[in-house]
Amino acid sequence: MTFRTYFAVPDKDRSDLMGQVTAQRARVAERLATVRSVVTVVSGKGGVGKSFTTASLAVAAARRGLAVGVVDADLRSPTVARMLGAAGPLAVGESGVTPAAGAAGVRVMSADFLLDDGKPLVWREPPAEGFVWRGAMEVGALRAFLGDVAWGALDLLLVDLPPGADGMSDMATLAPALAGAVAVTIPSEESRRSVARTMRALVDGGQTVLGVIENMAGYACGACGHVGPLFRGSAGTDLAGEFRVDLLGRIPFDPSATPEEPGRAWGTIVDMLIERLR
Amino acid sequence: MKFLCLDCDQQMTFAERKEPGDGTFAASFTCPACGRSVAMLANPMETQLVGALGVRIGGRELDEQPMEFVRKNVVGRDDAFADAPDQAGVPGRPVWTAEAEERLRRVPGFVRGMVKKIYGEYAADRGIAEITPAVMDQARIELGLEGM
Repeated sequence: MTFRTYFAVPDKDRSDLMGQVTAQRARVAERLATVRSVVTVVSGKGGVGKSFTTASLAVAAARRGLAVGVVDADLRSPTVARMLGAAGPLAVGESGVTPAAGAAGVRVMSADFLLDDGKPLVWREPPAEGFVWRGAMEVGALRAFLGDVAWGALDLLLVDLPPGADGMSDMATLAPALAGAVAVTIPSEESRRSVARTMRALVDGGQTVLGVIENMAGYACGACGHVGPLFRGSAGTDLAGEFRVDLLGRIPFDPSATPEEPGRAWGTIVDMLIERLR
Repeated sequence: MKFLCLDCDQQMTFAERKEPGDGTFAASFTCPACGRSVAMLANPMETQLVGALGVRIGGRELDEQPMEFVRKNVVGRDDAFADAPDQAGVPGRPVWTAEAEERLRRVPGFVRGMVKKIYGEYAADRGIAEITPAVMDQARIELGLEGM
């Protein structure tokens, strides 16, 4: 039996799945057209204070007069929204979802607004063979966080990615105009090795690393301000040298610090970041 | 994808979509020349693979609603969204019968506002003054809302 195949049948494919995907991307591009710079915050491992860094950068930038948004893209462990004091419910209007307001007027979108307290992220479909489609689901959610939120005009949109390089790859696909990534590490050699893998993946993927922030670089005494040792190592300096990027700053661990009241060091980091984005 | 009637060498046209709620998906196609119909039946894994991309087989009758992908695919809290105020009572907007409201209450809160908006727009676009369970049934068929 002979019969015509896809391209030999000239009529339109009504499903036009590729066209639908293209329309999704166009929606994200249209939404981000009013955002001057999209910057991701990445790490190699958990526990380095990446979300704290994102929140602190956001507030420090907002206090410098910038219009700032934050996407909490860590769907499984969303923490940035609480750090910024942002809460739902999210208002849904004709033009999209209004982001929640956080400290210093930072506009926030997070999975934290969607999930019941203490409940994990659960997809609505049968769990069987979930590994096959879960990645696509996560990208779909990130697409919605970027494209379905009425961000308005922003100077800076920070995207807090889960540990590793995969999220950056997804972001680069969804937002080709991505300005680059800020890498967060703690001083230890273990963190250096982990973050180096992420940074290498970014560089090999053609992404820009805007700089490195070394978090928990010593312990700041709450009483006298003296900074003593906390972790061995110099991962921030080492990574900046290895990848020939700026060490944007070294932030000591201060038990009294909160992202809502970031210290002066965060403002200095923001100034350097803004300079890099020019 | 396209469906070709081999007897007529004609592309079949999309007719109807069904999502019975068991994770599967079905779509029917009809040959415009001879009238023969076929149904494509997808298992849960195939259905999910397509759904995970946020696309719809047979195309979209409605523009994607804000956060539609998230609301359809995430098990979320009922009060996550404060949807736009109800348009009932506004001149030209359809009213909901008690039976229709009752059925709507059975929709999970996470998606209820979006579903109500879709039904409301469906009725308004067609000049339907009152949304009844029958109107909802028709909208579900025409718009492919079986999963909602």
